[in-house]
Amino acid sequence: MFENRRYIVIGAFCLVGLIYIARLFYIQVLDDSYSLGSSKNSVKRVIEIPYRGQVYDRNGKLIVYNTPVYDLYVTPKQMKVPDTLAFCRMMNITRQEFDSLINQATTYSPFKPSLFLRQLSKEDFARIQDALVDYRGFEPRMSSMRTYPAHTLANALGYVSEITKKQLDEQATFYYRQGDYIGHNGLEEQYEEELRGKRGVRFVMQNVRGVVKGSYKNGEFDTVAVAGQNLYTGIDLDVQQYADSLMANKVGSVIAIEPATGEILVSVSAPTYDPNMLSSRFFSKNYGKLLKNPYKPLVNRPVMASYRPGSTFKLIQALVAQQQGSLFPNTAYSHAGSPMRCHCHGVRNLSGAVQYSCNPYFYHVFRKMLYFNGDPNTFKASAIGLQQWYDAVKLFGIGQKLGIDLPTEYGGKLPSVEFYDKVYKGQYRWKFSNIYSLSIGEGELLISPLKLANVAAIIANRGYYIPPHYAKGVGKVGSGIDATYYEKRQVNIDPKYFGPVIEGMRGAVVHGTVTPLANIADVELCGKTGTSQNAKMGHKYDHSIFVGFAPINNPKIAIAVFVENAGWGGKAAASVAALVVERYLKRKTEALKLDESVKAQNYMLNVGVIGAKPAQKKKLDSLRKDTTRKAVVKKPLMTNTAPAKPASRTAAAGVNGN
Amino acid sequence: MSRNDPFARNIDWLTLALYIGCVLMGWFNVYAAVYSPEAKTSIFDLSTNAGKQLMWIGTSIILIICVLVIDHRFYDQFAYIFYGFMIFMLLLVMVAGSNINGSRSWFKFGSFSLQPAEFAKLATSLALARYLDVPGVNLTKQKDQLYVAGIIGLPAILILLSNETGSTLVFAAFIIMLYREGLPAIYPLSGITLATLFVLALIFPLTYIFIGIAVLAVAVIFILPRYNRNLRSILGIGLISLAMMGVVAGVDFFVNDVLQTHQQNRIKVLVNPNIDPLGVGWNVTQAKIAIGSGRFEGKGFLEGTQTKFDFVPEQSTDFIFCTIGEEHGFVGSTIVVLLFVGLLSRLVILAEKQRSRFARVYGYCVAGVFFFHFMVNIGMTIGLMPVIGIPLPFFSYGGSSLWSFTLFLFIFLKLDSRRTSMLSRN
Repeated sequence: MFENRRYIVIGAFCLVGLIYIARLFYIQVLDDSYSLGSSKNSVKRVIEIPYRGQVYDRNGKLIVYNTPVYDLYVTPKQMKVPDTLAFCRMMNITRQEFDSLINQATTYSPFKPSLFLRQLSKEDFARIQDALVDYRGFEPRMSSMRTYPAHTLANALGYVSEITKKQLDEQATFYYRQGDYIGHNGLEEQYEEELRGKRGVRFVMQNVRGVVKGSYKNGEFDTVAVAGQNLYTGIDLDVQQYADSLMANKVGSVIAIEPATGEILVSVSAPTYDPNMLSSRFFSKNYGKLLKNPYKPLVNRPVMASYRPGSTFKLIQALVAQQQGSLFPNTAYSHAGSPMRCHCHGVRNLSGAVQYSCNPYFYHVFRKMLYFNGDPNTFKASAIGLQQWYDAVKLFGIGQKLGIDLPTEYGGKLPSVEFYDKVYKGQYRWKFSNIYSLSIGEGELLISPLKLANVAAIIANRGYYIPPHYAKGVGKVGSGIDATYYEKRQVNIDPKYFGPVIEGMRGAVVHGTVTPLANIADVELCGKTGTSQNAKMGHKYDHSIFVGFAPINNPKIAIAVFVENAGWGGKAAASVAALVVERYLKRKTEALKLDESVKAQNYMLNVGVIGAKPAQKKKLDSLRKDTTRKAVVKKPLMTNTAPAKPASRTAAAGVNGN
Repeated sequence: MSRNDPFARNIDWLTLALYIGCVLMGWFNVYAAVYSPEAKTSIFDLSTNAGKQLMWIGTSIILIICVLVIDHRFYDQFAYIFYGFMIFMLLLVMVAGSNINGSRSWFKFGSFSLQPAEFAKLATSLALARYLDVPGVNLTKQKDQLYVAGIIGLPAILILLSNETGSTLVFAAFIIMLYREGLPAIYPLSGITLATLFVLALIFPLTYIFIGIAVLAVAVIFILPRYNRNLRSILGIGLISLAMMGVVAGVDFFVNDVLQTHQQNRIKVLVNPNIDPLGVGWNVTQAKIAIGSGRFEGKGFLEGTQTKFDFVPEQSTDFIFCTIGEEHGFVGSTIVVLLFVGLLSRLVILAEKQRSRFARVYGYCVAGVFFFHFMVNIGMTIGLMPVIGIPLPFFSYGGSSLWSFTLFLFIFLKLDSRRTSMLSRN
């Protein structure tokens, strides 16, 4: 009766079967969006950031290494905090901070883990690890933190912190992602690519809760992380730390170079800060504090500060003039005819003039140099003479970038003929009498401490230098650094002309402008003091400068020391230099009396006798400024910044320990 | 069991082979669904669903033997007793059952549990077969229609009361048997029409549907043969159209005000799978991703990532088809669909061969229930059906369902095996 309905029933079965097969064909074969959805779902890219390379000093001592730390991540949806206050107390955060962190995380994603607290130390983590069991939704992840066991060299090293928005946008190769760490300033930035290594990518399979369930396709697509290469520097850590302690309570720089190689042995920028401050999770707090500090501890003074070289420039004048043929070792000038005053007495030859830093002598030397071409027109003669002088002095690196391995280096200032033409609004409108202050290193000259140290290296080498640099090797000593750091650069001065100058420099230390205490036995320090005019610019004190090398034969160390607002160069700067050189050559300090007196000196108090605002204005007006101090305060806000001091070390530990 | 065995002699070997195929594939896929590449558990590990499923398969064999040993008249004679017992169990489970996921429909005995609702289909089928076997029962008669509705409705309502909507809906599957047995076609047709209107009402704005129905009604009137185009038929069509519009308008109210939230969501997700893929739409989205990512050949046995890593919920029970789709691709999925279509058609063909109406009705019940499970279960994983938690026969993990489907099928095969002997004896 109804038998035929069986066909309708079977037909219905087949129809449904067909519809399903068609649908399966569509979602499995035709539409590949599901397939993509699947890999997005279950395959996760895990970025493996390799350990950053470590930094060593010339003796193999560690300057920077990595400490394993834990970053704490929170997944808001899974989070269960039964007692918020107890949790905050344990984490050492306030309730407000907790709320804002959780808020931030929830805004990012309620389901995905986001960073809650950065860089918990192993000790902190051990403390909270057990308690963390009670708080669901928190997950610790291993990470690493830059650690500076010597607490020194902060300015040259720079720091490692999160990449900035600007850097992220401007990167050429799209290597970095938001939240990545990158080296800022200093060696960390300069050798970023070598230090950071290459991060690896691992594809892992995860389940719906993000729990990793093994590698994807047995790691076929994974790339292995390449560990960062170690950086070997020429820094002598012991001397560096000692120099740090000497520069406590002073503003300025100590920079020492090994003349034979151009390697930087000591690089102190004072006041400095403990580099550990900028690697902890309190980076932004500490950075803000350092930024506001009126002494500008973040500035790397050896390369970024510019000063007028003062009397130290007489060394270059003496060399250039001899090479020109306008000056001989036995040339003698009296004080007569010079508008300059002098603290020495009598007529002297070249080495004597260097020894006692005779201003009128070098007035005459420079005058002779400019007019040596014999042009009857003194304006023309000055122009020709200055051009010759400019070309010769340029070879010493003055007014040039030396090409140090740091991201920032200032060229300084060496006035050229064009410069004066511009200042005096036309050719031949100026002559020697307008620019004679150049003869003693004042006027429109600006150099950095590094350049001055390099001048010392040139004299120590008797005629050449190797561009100063920090790195001795990347990966291993002697490899991976720029070829320019092996290049000898000649300054076109005949070695024989160095004799009288060096004789004068030795004389200056033994019995000259240098304080007698700084003549330390068995060191054979040769040097030249300088007093960079500053007092005339509205400040109370001049800057104290010393440049020198030791020992006299086959020199091992060339050094330049700047102490701001310390007055006369023969005392503050020379004393620091003598002690640093002694420490380097003897590996110990025997001149304890000098050591004691230097450490007792506090020139911070001298800084800033006038109001902040006018001083800044004046600075902007003035060509002859030093660029280190951007603001001036009435009284020192920071009395102890030297990292080697035990007090600050405790403070640093306190910062890290949280 | 050899072919000479008196019980096995007349078993339909094709159906048996299809059954064994389904059960074994199901077992392997349950293993694949619970397999974890880290743990590398054995398929025989009794602590996993795969090992337990093997146990269920083993016990099913015992059940099959029992079914085949028992005299066929037993099922006929005891049909109403089974039915009565089942109604009692359904009542009991509401009082004494354990609460699992908000529905009180399981008996728990230690570590394993039984769901009487799974067996209710079986008892109802037997009762229906028994009732329709009585000579003179005619489904065109209102009285018989009411009785049948009562037999189906009673357990269905009890199951609904224990909050097992999915299992309740399965009772709609008897419409196939009833249709074959002479129920006027208007019933299944109006059922399908209602379902269509239901879906349309969810997808399109009401006014569009109203216009559509009106246009359709006018078209039907014009198509009507001239001699039929009288006032009465036009009025009838008009009334039907109005009723349809009423249904459409009612659906809106029904979905938003009558259904529970999770049921509303399931229906909304069916209509628009892209709403809230991380929340309500999660199951459907993830199921489709799993199946779709299998592509043509599949990722390979135990190589699936979606199903294994818990992206797909209930992957060894209700969503077992996702594992097949992901690991065996279009090829595997098609084989499973064809396997089912084959089994269902074979059941219909066998049912038609039956001499007794009892056996035929029962056979159609089996085919209908299997069809409903197959259609809804696979349909929900590929986004053609709302998510209704009912298992895929023989594939899904679970003792209750495997046992009930096995009993269901083998009682029919037992009845079928008597067909030839009845012929030879009578």
